[in-house]
Amino acid sequence: MANELMEMNKQEVVSPDNAEQTRPQKLYTPATDIYETQEQLIVLADMPGVKQDGVDITLEQNILTIYGHVDQPEFPGYSLTYAEYGMGSYRRVFALSNEIDREGIQASVKNGVLKLILPKSKRAMPRKISVKVEE
Amino acid sequence: MLLQRLAGNDLFSSLRDMQRLQDSLNRFMSASAANSPSEFPLVNVWSSESGAIVRAEVPGIAPEDVDISLVHDTLTIRGSRKPEELKEGETRHRTERGHGQFTRSLQLPFGVEADQVEAKFSNGVLQITLPRSEAEKPRRISVVSES
Repeated sequence: MANELMEMNKQEVVSPDNAEQTRPQKLYTPATDIYETQEQLIVLADMPGVKQDGVDITLEQNILTIYGHVDQPEFPGYSLTYAEYGMGSYRRVFALSNEIDREGIQASVKNGVLKLILPKSKRAMPRKISVKVEE
Repeated sequence: MLLQRLAGNDLFSSLRDMQRLQDSLNRFMSASAANSPSEFPLVNVWSSESGAIVRAEVPGIAPEDVDISLVHDTLTIRGSRKPEELKEGETRHRTERGHGQFTRSLQLPFGVEADQVEAKFSNGVLQITLPRSEAEKPRRISVVSES
């Protein structure tokens, strides 16, 4: 039960090879919705605090990495007296299938949500095959 | 015996996944903390002698969909996030982001100068600055020695 409560908080990225970042900043996994339309795969990742120019998206072979940089807020004269969530940047890695047309990938950020549009390559789109009736 | 058969089977883990999905949907749904143990949005508070700054992460929610109100020393943040509308033939692969209505109330440890409260919204982060009311600002009391 206690474990389920923990899930409500942001999840820190656990690197498979235990590689740490060079900078001592926390890295979180953004909550992500993925859905598929006829022609595209849409990825929506919650990255509050990330500006348009703070997003870095790289595609290597078929590994897609999304990274969003968050500036640590500073309030001179104030001290942090109560914290329910951790503050840091976001990163998530996905393995794409070959059915994505890499050239057509689009990314945009609005209200702290990264939206990735991954168009399906032509041959991945469903093609209707008509059935002829043999007399 | 049935439990032994199921444990380690796909059925158990998919039940757990469904529970997790249910929980993540519930996260946004409740109005008060009494209903569920989780709250949204989570807040961080900075404070000083002059007041407090409250920050909350509300990604994907437009500033006009958030309602902030202040009654005495209680700050209430209210709003909602709609789910993505899918057309026919579209399928969901992953749904981790919650949606629904949320209400969060915070009681501040001091009175607030209501007409000086400022709320800013940027990149899905809400920032509310709450200056302490003049009457409640800490006053230095000088010590006079009696000789």
